Amino acid sequence: MTDATTMQPQSERTSTDALLEVQGLEGWYGESHVLHGIEFHVREGEVVTLLGRNGAGKTTTIKAIMGLLDKRRGSVKLAGKETIALQARHIARMGIAICPEERGIFSSLSVEENLHLPPKLAEGGLSTERIFELFPNLKERRRSQGTKLSGGEQQMLAIARILRTGSKFLLLDEPTEGLAPVIVQQIGRTIQALKEAGFTIVLVEQNFRFAASVADRHYVVEQGRVVDMIPNHALDANIDKLHAYLGV
Amino acid sequence: MFELLGIPPQVLMGQLLIGLINGSFYAVLSLGLAVIFGLLNIINFAHGAQYMMGAFVSWMLLNYLGIGYWPALILAPLVVGAIGIVLERTMISRLYKLDHLYGLLLTFGLALIIQGLFRNYYGVSGLPYAIPPALQGGQNLGFMFLPNYRGWVIVASVIVCFGTWFMIEKTRLGSYLRAATENPELVGAFGINVPRMITLTYGFGVGLAAFAGVLAAPIYSVNPNMGADLIIVVFAVVVIGGMGSIMGAILTGFGLGIIEGLTRVFYPEGSAVVIFVIMAIVLMIKPEGLFGNTA
Ligand SMILES: Nc1ncnc2c1ncn2[C@@H]1O[C@H](COP(=O)(O)OP(=O)(O)OP(=O)(O)O)[C@@H](O)[C@H]1O
Ligand SMILES: [Mg+2]
Repeated sequence: MTDATTMQPQSERTSTDALLEVQGLEGWYGESHVLHGIEFHVREGEVVTLLGRNGAGKTTTIKAIMGLLDKRRGSVKLAGKETIALQARHIARMGIAICPEERGIFSSLSVEENLHLPPKLAEGGLSTERIFELFPNLKERRRSQGTKLSGGEQQMLAIARILRTGSKFLLLDEPTEGLAPVIVQQIGRTIQALKEAGFTIVLVEQNFRFAASVADRHYVVEQGRVVDMIPNHALDANIDKLHAYLGV
Repeated sequence: MFELLGIPPQVLMGQLLIGLINGSFYAVLSLGLAVIFGLLNIINFAHGAQYMMGAFVSWMLLNYLGIGYWPALILAPLVVGAIGIVLERTMISRLYKLDHLYGLLLTFGLALIIQGLFRNYYGVSGLPYAIPPALQGGQNLGFMFLPNYRGWVIVASVIVCFGTWFMIEKTRLGSYLRAATENPELVGAFGINVPRMITLTYGFGVGLAAFAGVLAAPIYSVNPNMGADLIIVVFAVVVIGGMGSIMGAILTGFGLGIIEGLTRVFYPEGSAVVIFVIMAIVLMIKPEGLFGNTA
Protein backbone atom coordinates (compact mmCIF):
# COMPACT_ATOMS: atom_id res chain seq x y z
CA MET A 1 0.00 0.00 0.00
CA THR A 2 2.91 2.39 0.53
CA ASP A 3 3.44 3.09 -3.14
CA ALA A 4 -0.20 4.10 -3.45
CA THR A 5 0.19 6.97 -1.03
CA THR A 6 2.52 9.03 -3.18
CA MET A 7 2.47 9.65 -6.88
CA GLN A 8 5.46 8.66 -8.91
CA PRO A 9 7.14 11.24 -11.09
CA GLN A 10 6.36 11.03 -14.78
CA SER A 11 9.71 9.61 -15.80
CA GLU A 12 9.15 6.40 -13.85
CA ARG A 13 5.93 5.66 -15.62
CA THR A 14 5.93 3.69 -18.81
CA SER A 15 2.36 3.14 -20.02
CA THR A 16 1.42 6.81 -20.20
CA ASP A 17 2.95 10.17 -19.43
CA ALA A 18 -0.27 11.51 -17.92
CA LEU A 19 -0.78 11.82 -14.19
CA LEU A 20 -4.52 11.41 -14.74
CA GLU A 21 -5.80 9.39 -17.64
CA VAL A 22 -9.58 9.11 -18.07
CA GLN A 23 -10.88 6.76 -20.72
CA GLY A 24 -14.42 5.74 -21.62
CA LEU A 25 -15.70 6.97 -18.26
CA GLU A 26 -19.40 6.36 -17.74
CA GLY A 27 -21.35 7.37 -14.68
CA TRP A 28 -24.83 7.05 -13.27
CA TYR A 29 -27.03 8.60 -10.60
CA GLY A 30 -29.31 5.71 -9.77
CA GLU A 31 -30.87 4.77 -13.08
CA SER A 32 -29.96 7.94 -14.91
CA HIS A 33 -26.94 7.61 -17.16
CA VAL A 34 -25.05 10.91 -17.03
CA LEU A 35 -21.49 10.30 -18.29
CA HIS A 36 -21.19 8.63 -21.69
CA GLY A 37 -17.53 7.96 -22.20
CA ILE A 38 -15.50 10.91 -20.89
CA GLU A 39 -11.93 10.98 -22.27
CA PHE A 40 -9.20 13.35 -21.17
CA HIS A 41 -5.84 13.42 -19.52
CA VAL A 42 -3.84 15.74 -17.30
CA ARG A 43 -0.06 15.85 -17.12
CA GLU A 44 1.80 16.47 -13.92
CA GLY A 45 1.98 20.18 -13.10
CA GLU A 46 -0.75 21.11 -15.55
CA VAL A 47 -3.85 23.17 -14.83
CA VAL A 48 -6.66 21.87 -16.99
CA THR A 49 -10.23 23.09 -17.03
CA LEU A 50 -13.50 21.40 -17.76
CA LEU A 51 -15.82 23.87 -19.46
CA GLY A 52 -19.41 23.27 -20.42
CA ARG A 53 -22.98 24.33 -19.99
CA ASN A 54 -25.02 23.69 -16.86
CA GLY A 55 -25.79 20.02 -16.57
CA ALA A 56 -23.08 18.96 -19.03
CA GLY A 57 -21.56 16.55 -16.52
CA LYS A 58 -18.52 18.45 -15.19
CA THR A 59 -19.29 17.93 -11.52
CA THR A 60 -20.22 14.32 -12.19
CA THR A 61 -16.86 13.80 -13.87
CA ILE A 62 -15.06 15.20 -10.82
CA LYS A 63 -17.11 12.98 -8.52
CA ALA A 64 -16.44 9.94 -10.67
CA ILE A 65 -12.69 10.56 -10.55
CA MET A 66 -12.84 10.91 -6.76
CA GLY A 67 -14.90 7.72 -6.36
CA LEU A 68 -18.00 9.54 -5.18
CA LEU A 69 -20.45 8.07 -7.70
CA ASP A 70 -22.27 4.89 -6.75
CA LYS A 71 -21.95 3.50 -10.24
CA ARG A 72 -19.19 4.23 -12.71
CA ARG A 73 -17.42 2.33 -15.45
CA GLY A 74 -14.50 2.79 -17.79
CA SER A 75 -11.01 3.69 -16.75
CA VAL A 76 -9.54 6.34 -14.45
CA LYS A 77 -5.80 5.95 -14.03
CA LEU A 78 -3.89 7.94 -11.46
CA ALA A 79 -0.14 7.82 -11.98
CA GLY A 80 -0.69 4.73 -14.09
CA LYS A 81 -2.80 2.95 -11.49
CA GLU A 82 -6.38 1.97 -12.25
CA THR A 83 -8.76 3.45 -9.65
CA ILE A 84 -12.17 2.68 -11.14
CA ALA A 85 -12.90 -0.05 -8.61
CA LEU A 86 -11.52 1.80 -5.57
CA GLN A 87 -13.48 3.56 -2.84
CA ALA A 88 -13.11 7.30 -2.34
CA ARG A 89 -10.88 7.03 0.70
CA HIS A 90 -8.37 4.84 -1.12
CA ILE A 91 -8.34 7.22 -4.08
CA ALA A 92 -7.80 10.16 -1.72
CA ARG A 93 -4.81 8.40 -0.19
CA MET A 94 -3.17 8.28 -3.62
CA GLY A 95 -2.68 12.01 -3.22
CA ILE A 96 -5.76 13.59 -4.77
CA ALA A 97 -8.10 16.02 -3.03
CA ILE A 98 -11.43 17.58 -3.86
CA CYS A 99 -12.95 20.99 -3.32
CA PRO A 100 -16.60 20.24 -4.06
CA GLU A 101 -19.02 22.49 -5.90
CA GLU A 102 -21.22 22.94 -2.82
CA ARG A 103 -18.03 23.64 -0.81
CA GLY A 104 -18.87 21.07 1.85
CA ILE A 105 -18.13 23.20 4.90
CA PHE A 106 -19.32 21.39 8.00
CA SER A 107 -21.75 23.40 10.10
CA SER A 108 -21.09 21.43 13.28
CA LEU A 109 -17.36 22.21 13.05
CA SER A 110 -15.56 25.46 13.73
CA VAL A 111 -13.46 27.04 10.99
CA GLU A 112 -10.35 25.61 12.57
CA GLU A 113 -11.87 22.14 12.89
CA ASN A 114 -12.96 22.29 9.25
CA LEU A 115 -9.43 23.24 8.30
CA HIS A 116 -7.92 20.38 10.27
CA LEU A 117 -10.44 17.73 9.25
CA PRO A 118 -8.73 16.30 6.15
CA PRO A 119 -5.83 14.22 7.45
CA LYS A 120 -2.29 14.73 6.20
CA LEU A 121 -1.74 12.11 3.54
CA ALA A 122 1.69 13.11 2.28
CA GLU A 123 4.61 15.32 3.17
CA GLY A 124 4.83 18.86 1.85
CA GLY A 125 1.39 20.17 2.76
CA LEU A 126 1.04 23.78 3.83
CA SER A 127 1.29 24.47 7.54
CA THR A 128 -1.61 26.06 9.38
CA GLU A 129 0.46 29.23 9.81
CA ARG A 130 1.12 29.45 6.08
CA ILE A 131 -2.57 28.94 5.35
CA PHE A 132 -3.51 31.70 7.77
CA GLU A 133 -0.99 33.95 5.98
CA LEU A 134 -2.62 33.18 2.65
CA PHE A 135 -6.14 33.57 4.01
CA PRO A 136 -6.06 36.04 6.90
CA ASN A 137 -9.88 36.03 7.12
CA LEU A 138 -9.80 32.42 8.17
CA LYS A 139 -7.41 33.17 10.98
CA GLU A 140 -9.58 35.96 12.31
CA ARG A 141 -12.64 33.78 12.24
CA ARG A 142 -11.10 30.46 13.21
CA ARG A 143 -13.39 29.97 16.21
CA SER A 144 -16.61 30.67 14.28
CA GLN A 145 -18.95 28.00 13.11
CA GLY A 146 -17.84 26.94 9.61
CA THR A 147 -21.07 27.82 7.88
CA LYS A 148 -21.23 31.25 9.55
CA LEU A 149 -18.50 32.41 7.16
CA SER A 150 -19.39 34.40 4.05
CA GLY A 151 -19.61 32.53 0.75
CA GLY A 152 -16.16 33.73 -0.25
CA GLU A 153 -14.62 32.78 3.07
CA GLN A 154 -16.23 29.34 2.90
CA GLN A 155 -14.73 28.90 -0.54
CA MET A 156 -11.29 29.88 0.78
CA LEU A 157 -11.74 27.42 3.64
CA ALA A 158 -12.73 24.65 1.23
CA ILE A 159 -9.54 25.25 -0.77
CA ALA A 160 -7.34 25.89 2.25
CA ARG A 161 -8.21 22.66 4.02
CA ILE A 162 -7.03 20.50 1.12
CA LEU A 163 -3.73 22.37 0.92
CA ARG A 164 -2.79 21.06 4.35
CA THR A 165 -3.08 17.42 3.27
CA GLY A 166 0.04 17.26 1.13
CA SER A 167 -2.02 16.14 -1.86
CA LYS A 168 -0.49 17.63 -5.00
CA PHE A 169 -3.42 16.89 -7.28
CA LEU A 170 -6.50 19.04 -6.73
CA LEU A 171 -10.00 18.84 -8.17
CA LEU A 172 -11.60 22.28 -7.85
CA ASP A 173 -15.26 22.46 -8.80
CA GLU A 174 -16.28 26.05 -9.63
CA PRO A 175 -14.25 27.75 -6.91
CA THR A 176 -15.30 31.21 -8.15
CA GLU A 177 -19.02 30.59 -8.45
CA GLY A 178 -21.05 33.50 -7.11
CA LEU A 179 -18.07 35.36 -5.63
CA ALA A 180 -17.16 39.03 -5.79
CA PRO A 181 -14.43 40.03 -8.29
CA VAL A 182 -11.82 40.76 -5.60
CA ILE A 183 -12.27 37.32 -4.16
CA VAL A 184 -12.17 35.75 -7.61
CA GLN A 185 -8.83 37.51 -8.09
CA GLN A 186 -7.54 36.23 -4.78
CA ILE A 187 -8.51 32.68 -5.70
CA GLY A 188 -6.90 33.18 -9.12
CA ARG A 189 -3.64 34.22 -7.44
CA THR A 190 -3.83 31.21 -5.15
CA ILE A 191 -4.24 28.83 -8.07
CA GLN A 192 -1.37 30.54 -9.87
CA ALA A 193 0.82 30.09 -6.82
CA LEU A 194 -0.15 26.44 -6.51
CA LYS A 195 0.70 25.90 -10.16
CA GLU A 196 4.12 27.44 -9.63
CA ALA A 197 4.59 25.15 -6.66
CA GLY A 198 4.05 22.18 -8.96
CA PHE A 199 0.47 21.28 -8.16
CA THR A 200 -1.67 19.55 -10.77
CA ILE A 201 -5.18 20.95 -10.97
CA VAL A 202 -8.43 20.07 -12.67
CA LEU A 203 -10.62 23.13 -12.55
CA VAL A 204 -14.30 23.26 -13.39
CA GLU A 205 -15.27 26.75 -14.49
CA GLN A 206 -18.20 28.62 -15.99
CA ASN A 207 -16.19 31.82 -16.11
CA PHE A 208 -13.78 31.10 -18.94
CA ARG A 209 -12.07 34.48 -18.68
CA PHE A 210 -11.00 33.29 -15.26
CA ALA A 211 -10.16 29.87 -16.66
CA ALA A 212 -8.00 31.44 -19.35
CA SER A 213 -5.99 33.32 -16.75
CA VAL A 214 -4.78 30.18 -14.99
CA ALA A 215 -5.12 27.14 -17.26
CA ASP A 216 -2.88 25.36 -19.77
CA ARG A 217 -5.63 23.54 -21.62
CA HIS A 218 -9.41 23.47 -21.72
CA TYR A 219 -11.68 20.50 -22.27
CA VAL A 220 -15.24 21.12 -23.40
CA VAL A 221 -17.85 18.81 -21.88
CA GLU A 222 -21.22 18.39 -23.53
CA GLN A 223 -23.91 15.90 -22.53
CA GLY A 224 -21.55 13.61 -20.68
CA ARG A 225 -18.80 13.59 -23.31
CA VAL A 226 -15.63 15.55 -23.92
CA VAL A 227 -16.24 17.13 -27.31
CA ASP A 228 -13.20 19.34 -27.74
CA MET A 229 -9.84 20.36 -26.34
CA ILE A 230 -8.48 23.86 -26.73
CA PRO A 231 -4.97 24.81 -25.61
CA ASN A 232 -4.95 28.06 -23.71
CA HIS A 233 -2.78 29.83 -26.30
CA ALA A 234 -5.36 28.99 -28.98
CA LEU A 235 -8.28 30.30 -26.94
CA ASP A 236 -8.62 33.63 -28.75
CA ALA A 237 -8.59 31.95 -32.15
CA ASN A 238 -11.36 29.61 -31.00
CA ILE A 239 -13.46 32.12 -29.16
CA ASP A 240 -16.49 31.86 -31.44
CA LYS A 241 -16.48 28.10 -31.28
CA LEU A 242 -16.23 28.27 -27.49
CA HIS A 243 -19.10 30.73 -27.28
CA ALA A 244 -21.18 28.31 -29.29
CA TYR A 245 -20.27 25.44 -26.95
CA LEU A 246 -21.08 27.39 -23.86
CA GLY A 247 -24.11 29.13 -25.29
CA VAL A 248 -22.97 32.57 -24.18
CA MET B 1 -38.30 21.78 58.46
CA PHE B 2 -40.42 23.22 55.68
CA GLU B 3 -43.44 21.50 54.26
CA LEU B 4 -44.57 22.05 50.72
CA LEU B 5 -48.30 21.68 50.09
CA GLY B 6 -48.44 19.33 53.00
CA ILE B 7 -45.71 17.07 51.62
CA PRO B 8 -43.04 16.11 54.17
CA PRO B 9 -39.58 17.04 52.85
CA GLN B 10 -38.33 13.48 53.34
CA VAL B 11 -40.94 12.24 50.89
CA LEU B 12 -40.19 15.02 48.43
CA MET B 13 -36.43 14.51 48.58
CA GLY B 14 -36.82 10.75 48.45
CA GLN B 15 -38.83 10.94 45.26
CA LEU B 16 -36.48 13.53 43.79
CA LEU B 17 -33.62 11.11 44.44
CA ILE B 18 -35.47 8.25 42.76
CA GLY B 19 -36.26 10.60 39.90
CA LEU B 20 -32.62 11.55 39.57
CA ILE B 21 -31.57 7.89 39.56
CA ASN B 22 -34.10 7.02 36.89
CA GLY B 23 -33.01 10.15 35.04
CA SER B 24 -29.40 8.90 35.16
CA PHE B 25 -30.41 5.75 33.32
CA TYR B 26 -32.57 7.68 30.87
CA ALA B 27 -29.67 10.03 30.17
CA VAL B 28 -27.00 7.37 29.60
CA LEU B 29 -29.32 5.23 27.47
CA SER B 30 -30.74 8.04 25.37
CA LEU B 31 -27.21 9.40 24.91
CA GLY B 32 -26.16 6.06 23.43
CA LEU B 33 -29.18 6.07 21.14
CA ALA B 34 -28.43 9.64 20.04
CA VAL B 35 -24.78 8.84 19.29
CA ILE B 36 -25.78 5.81 17.23
CA PHE B 37 -28.59 7.57 15.43
CA GLY B 38 -26.42 10.56 14.58
CA LEU B 39 -23.84 8.61 12.62
CA LEU B 40 -25.61 5.39 11.59
CA ASN B 41 -29.05 6.80 10.99
CA ILE B 42 -30.61 3.78 12.58
CA ILE B 43 -32.82 3.66 15.62
CA ASN B 44 -31.16 1.02 17.76
CA PHE B 45 -34.07 -0.94 19.15
CA ALA B 46 -31.64 -3.48 20.59
CA HIS B 47 -30.48 -0.85 23.09
CA GLY B 48 -32.63 -2.20 25.92
CA ALA B 49 -31.39 -5.73 25.32
CA GLN B 50 -27.80 -4.47 25.30
CA TYR B 51 -28.41 -2.69 28.62
CA MET B 52 -29.73 -5.98 29.99
CA MET B 53 -26.67 -7.77 28.62
CA GLY B 54 -24.45 -5.31 30.48
CA ALA B 55 -26.14 -6.34 33.74
CA PHE B 56 -25.97 -10.03 32.85
CA VAL B 57 -22.32 -9.93 31.82
CA SER B 58 -21.41 -8.36 35.16
CA TRP B 59 -23.45 -11.04 36.93
CA MET B 60 -21.67 -13.76 34.90
CA LEU B 61 -18.26 -12.23 35.53
CA LEU B 62 -18.97 -12.39 39.25
CA ASN B 63 -20.61 -15.80 39.42
CA TYR B 64 -18.60 -17.70 36.81
CA LEU B 65 -15.21 -15.99 37.03
CA GLY B 66 -15.23 -14.29 40.39
CA ILE B 67 -14.63 -10.87 38.83
CA GLY B 68 -16.25 -8.15 40.90
CA TYR B 69 -18.13 -4.93 40.30
CA TRP B 70 -15.30 -2.49 39.60
CA PRO B 71 -13.60 -4.48 36.83
CA ALA B 72 -17.08 -5.32 35.47
CA LEU B 73 -17.78 -1.62 35.08
CA ILE B 74 -15.10 -1.60 32.37
CA LEU B 75 -15.22 -5.21 31.15
CA ALA B 76 -18.96 -5.60 30.62
CA PRO B 77 -19.23 -2.55 28.30
CA LEU B 78 -16.20 -3.85 26.38
CA VAL B 79 -17.69 -7.33 26.00
CA VAL B 80 -21.16 -6.11 25.04
CA GLY B 81 -19.70 -3.39 22.81
CA ALA B 82 -17.65 -6.04 21.00
CA ILE B 83 -20.78 -8.11 20.45
CA GLY B 84 -22.40 -4.95 19.09
CA ILE B 85 -19.49 -4.50 16.69
CA VAL B 86 -19.99 -8.02 15.38
CA LEU B 87 -23.71 -7.34 14.86
CA GLU B 88 -22.91 -4.09 13.05
CA ARG B 89 -20.35 -5.69 10.76
CA THR B 90 -22.39 -8.76 9.91
CA MET B 91 -25.95 -7.42 9.80
CA ILE B 92 -26.68 -3.76 10.47
CA SER B 93 -24.12 -2.47 7.95
CA ARG B 94 -26.11 -4.08 5.15
CA LEU B 95 -29.03 -1.73 5.76
CA TYR B 96 -27.43 1.72 5.57
CA LYS B 97 -28.67 2.40 2.06
CA LEU B 98 -32.25 1.60 3.04
CA ASP B 99 -34.85 3.52 5.01
CA HIS B 100 -34.48 3.98 8.83
CA LEU B 101 -37.33 1.59 9.25
CA TYR B 102 -35.27 -1.44 8.22
CA GLY B 103 -32.62 -0.77 10.83
CA LEU B 104 -35.34 -0.39 13.42
CA LEU B 105 -36.95 -3.68 12.42
CA LEU B 106 -33.64 -5.55 12.40
CA THR B 107 -32.56 -4.27 15.80
CA PHE B 108 -36.04 -4.89 17.19
CA GLY B 109 -35.78 -8.49 16.00
CA LEU B 110 -32.32 -8.80 17.50
CA ALA B 111 -33.65 -7.48 20.82
CA LEU B 112 -36.39 -10.11 20.87
CA ILE B 113 -33.92 -12.89 20.08
CA ILE B 114 -31.43 -11.77 22.73
CA GLN B 115 -34.12 -11.40 25.38
CA GLY B 116 -35.60 -14.77 24.42
CA LEU B 117 -32.23 -16.46 24.78
CA PHE B 118 -31.64 -15.00 28.21
CA ARG B 119 -35.18 -15.88 29.35
CA ASN B 120 -34.61 -19.41 28.17
CA TYR B 121 -31.41 -19.87 30.17
CA TYR B 122 -31.99 -17.68 33.20
CA GLY B 123 -35.78 -17.45 33.60
CA VAL B 124 -37.61 -14.27 34.47
CA SER B 125 -37.44 -14.28 38.25
CA GLY B 126 -34.31 -12.14 38.38
CA LEU B 127 -30.85 -12.75 39.78
CA PRO B 128 -29.43 -10.82 42.72
CA TYR B 129 -26.27 -8.74 42.39
CA ALA B 130 -24.88 -7.33 45.60
CA ILE B 131 -23.85 -3.73 46.05
CA PRO B 132 -20.02 -3.59 46.13
CA PRO B 133 -18.75 -3.35 49.72
CA ALA B 134 -17.20 0.09 49.21
CA LEU B 135 -20.61 1.53 48.36
CA GLN B 136 -22.77 -0.12 50.99
CA GLY B 137 -24.44 1.99 53.64
CA GLY B 138 -25.42 5.60 53.23
CA GLN B 139 -25.22 9.17 54.39
CA ASN B 140 -27.65 10.98 56.61
CA LEU B 141 -27.97 14.38 54.98
CA GLY B 142 -30.23 15.71 57.71
CA PHE B 143 -33.26 16.13 55.49
CA MET B 144 -32.92 12.65 54.00
CA PHE B 145 -30.94 9.42 53.93
CA LEU B 146 -28.81 8.96 50.80
CA PRO B 147 -27.73 5.38 50.09
CA ASN B 148 -24.12 5.52 48.88
CA TYR B 149 -24.71 3.31 45.88
CA ARG B 150 -27.48 5.56 44.59
CA GLY B 151 -25.30 8.60 44.96
CA TRP B 152 -22.60 6.78 43.02
CA VAL B 153 -25.01 5.95 40.17
CA ILE B 154 -25.82 9.63 39.75
CA VAL B 155 -22.18 10.71 39.91
CA ALA B 156 -21.01 7.99 37.51
CA SER B 157 -23.77 8.81 35.03
CA VAL B 158 -23.04 12.51 35.09
CA ILE B 159 -19.32 11.82 34.52
CA VAL B 160 -19.95 9.43 31.64
CA CYS B 161 -22.53 11.70 30.01
CA PHE B 162 -20.42 14.83 30.16
CA GLY B 163 -17.27 12.91 29.26
CA THR B 164 -19.02 11.67 26.14
CA TRP B 165 -20.33 15.13 25.38
CA PHE B 166 -16.84 16.57 25.75
CA MET B 167 -15.31 13.93 23.52
CA ILE B 168 -17.83 14.51 20.75
CA GLU B 169 -18.10 18.28 20.89
CA LYS B 170 -14.63 19.37 21.93
CA THR B 171 -12.01 16.95 20.65
CA ARG B 172 -10.46 16.24 17.29
CA LEU B 173 -11.84 12.70 17.29
CA GLY B 174 -15.25 14.20 17.92
CA SER B 175 -14.85 16.57 14.98
CA TYR B 176 -14.45 13.57 12.69
CA LEU B 177 -17.61 12.11 14.15
CA ARG B 178 -19.57 15.33 13.73
CA ALA B 179 -18.33 15.76 10.18
CA ALA B 180 -19.18 12.18 9.24
CA THR B 181 -22.63 12.66 10.73
CA GLU B 182 -23.15 15.63 8.42
CA ASN B 183 -21.57 14.41 5.20
CA PRO B 184 -20.01 10.94 5.30
CA GLU B 185 -19.19 10.88 1.56
CA LEU B 186 -17.05 13.98 1.74
CA VAL B 187 -15.29 12.79 4.90
CA GLY B 188 -14.49 9.56 3.04
CA ALA B 189 -13.21 11.57 0.08
CA PHE B 190 -10.62 13.12 2.42
CA GLY B 191 -9.21 9.65 3.00
CA ILE B 192 -10.86 8.93 6.34
CA ASN B 193 -12.16 5.42 6.96
CA VAL B 194 -15.81 6.20 7.65
CA PRO B 195 -17.07 2.59 7.78
CA ARG B 196 -14.63 1.86 10.60
CA MET B 197 -15.76 4.99 12.43
CA ILE B 198 -19.36 3.85 12.10
CA THR B 199 -18.53 0.43 13.49
CA LEU B 200 -16.63 1.85 16.46
CA THR B 201 -19.38 4.37 17.13
CA TYR B 202 -21.97 1.63 17.24
CA GLY B 203 -19.73 -0.32 19.60
CA PHE B 204 -19.36 2.77 21.78
CA GLY B 205 -23.12 3.46 21.89
CA VAL B 206 -23.77 -0.17 22.80
CA GLY B 207 -21.02 0.03 25.42
CA LEU B 208 -22.84 2.99 27.00
CA ALA B 209 -26.00 0.88 27.25
CA ALA B 210 -24.03 -1.94 28.86
CA PHE B 211 -22.43 0.53 31.29
CA ALA B 212 -25.90 1.60 32.39
CA GLY B 213 -26.72 -2.10 32.77
CA VAL B 214 -23.79 -2.63 35.14
CA LEU B 215 -24.86 0.40 37.18
CA ALA B 216 -28.38 -1.01 37.32
CA ALA B 217 -27.44 -4.54 38.37
CA PRO B 218 -27.25 -3.88 42.16
CA ILE B 219 -30.39 -1.69 42.14
CA TYR B 220 -32.83 -3.63 40.01
CA SER B 221 -32.61 -7.39 39.85
CA VAL B 222 -30.71 -8.77 36.86
CA ASN B 223 -33.56 -9.86 34.66
CA PRO B 224 -33.96 -10.59 30.92
CA ASN B 225 -36.86 -8.14 30.71
CA MET B 226 -35.19 -5.25 32.55
CA GLY B 227 -34.28 -3.51 29.29
CA ALA B 228 -37.56 -4.09 27.48
CA ASP B 229 -39.48 -2.19 30.17
CA LEU B 230 -37.03 0.67 30.38
CA ILE B 231 -36.36 1.18 26.69
CA ILE B 232 -39.92 2.26 25.89
CA VAL B 233 -39.56 5.18 28.31
CA VAL B 234 -36.10 5.93 26.92
CA PHE B 235 -37.50 6.17 23.39
CA ALA B 236 -40.04 8.67 24.66
CA VAL B 237 -37.16 10.63 26.24
CA VAL B 238 -35.31 10.60 22.92
CA VAL B 239 -38.38 11.81 21.04
CA ILE B 240 -38.81 14.64 23.55
CA GLY B 241 -35.15 15.65 23.42
CA GLY B 242 -34.82 15.29 19.67
CA MET B 243 -32.95 12.52 17.88
CA GLY B 244 -29.29 13.15 17.36
CA SER B 245 -28.62 15.96 19.85
CA ILE B 246 -25.99 14.89 22.39
CA MET B 247 -26.60 17.54 25.02
CA GLY B 248 -30.33 17.29 24.35
CA ALA B 249 -30.31 13.60 25.20
CA ILE B 250 -28.41 14.17 28.44
CA LEU B 251 -30.46 17.11 29.74
CA THR B 252 -33.77 15.58 28.71
CA GLY B 253 -32.85 12.30 30.40
CA PHE B 254 -32.05 13.86 33.76
CA GLY B 255 -34.86 16.42 33.46
CA LEU B 256 -37.57 13.89 32.75
CA GLY B 257 -36.41 11.63 35.56
CA ILE B 258 -36.85 14.53 37.95
CA ILE B 259 -40.24 15.47 36.49
CA GLU B 260 -41.34 11.87 36.85
CA GLY B 261 -40.21 11.85 40.48
CA LEU B 262 -42.05 15.09 41.26
CA THR B 263 -45.18 13.74 39.62
CA ARG B 264 -44.98 10.76 41.95
CA VAL B 265 -45.12 13.17 44.87
CA PHE B 266 -47.84 15.52 43.73
CA TYR B 267 -49.97 13.32 41.52
CA PRO B 268 -48.92 9.68 41.94
CA GLU B 269 -51.57 8.38 39.52
CA GLY B 270 -49.88 10.34 36.71
CA SER B 271 -46.29 9.23 37.32
CA ALA B 272 -46.43 6.24 34.99
CA VAL B 273 -47.66 8.29 32.05
CA VAL B 274 -46.25 11.78 32.56
CA ILE B 275 -43.33 11.21 30.18
CA PHE B 276 -45.65 9.98 27.46
CA VAL B 277 -47.97 12.93 27.96
CA ILE B 278 -45.00 15.27 27.59
CA MET B 279 -43.96 13.34 24.51
CA ALA B 280 -47.38 13.82 22.94
CA ILE B 281 -47.34 17.54 23.70
CA VAL B 282 -43.81 17.98 22.32
CA LEU B 283 -44.71 16.08 19.18
CA MET B 284 -47.61 18.44 18.59
CA ILE B 285 -45.72 21.66 19.30
CA LYS B 286 -42.15 20.90 18.22
CA PRO B 287 -42.07 17.57 16.37
CA GLU B 288 -38.29 17.64 15.93
CA GLY B 289 -37.89 17.55 19.73
CA LEU B 290 -36.81 20.18 22.25
CA PHE B 291 -33.16 20.12 21.17
CA GLY B 292 -33.63 18.74 17.67
CA ASN B 293 -32.75 20.47 14.43
CA THR B 294 -35.54 21.40 12.09
CA ALA B 295 -33.44 20.20 9.15
N1 LIG C 1 -27.64 13.84 -7.53
C1 LIG C 1 -28.12 13.73 -8.78
N2 LIG C 1 -29.10 12.85 -9.06
C2 LIG C 1 -29.57 12.72 -10.31
N3 LIG C 1 -29.14 13.42 -11.36
C3 LIG C 1 -28.17 14.32 -11.16
C4 LIG C 1 -27.61 14.51 -9.85
N4 LIG C 1 -26.66 15.47 -9.93
C5 LIG C 1 -26.64 15.84 -11.23
N5 LIG C 1 -27.54 15.16 -11.97
C6 LIG C 1 -27.77 15.29 -13.42
O1 LIG C 1 -26.58 14.91 -14.07
C7 LIG C 1 -26.32 15.76 -15.16
C8 LIG C 1 -24.92 16.34 -15.03
O2 LIG C 1 -24.88 17.14 -13.87
P1 LIG C 1 -23.56 17.83 -13.33
O3 LIG C 1 -23.85 18.32 -11.96
O4 LIG C 1 -22.42 16.92 -13.52
O5 LIG C 1 -23.44 19.06 -14.33
P2 LIG C 1 -22.40 20.26 -14.35
O6 LIG C 1 -21.75 20.22 -15.66
O7 LIG C 1 -21.53 20.22 -13.15
O8 LIG C 1 -23.38 21.50 -14.27
P3 LIG C 1 -23.22 22.91 -13.51
O9 LIG C 1 -22.42 23.76 -14.39
O10 LIG C 1 -24.63 23.41 -13.41
O11 LIG C 1 -22.61 22.65 -12.20
C9 LIG C 1 -27.42 16.81 -15.18
O12 LIG C 1 -28.36 16.42 -16.13
C10 LIG C 1 -28.01 16.73 -13.80
O13 LIG C 1 -29.37 17.01 -13.84
MG1 LIG D 1 -21.31 21.36 -11.53
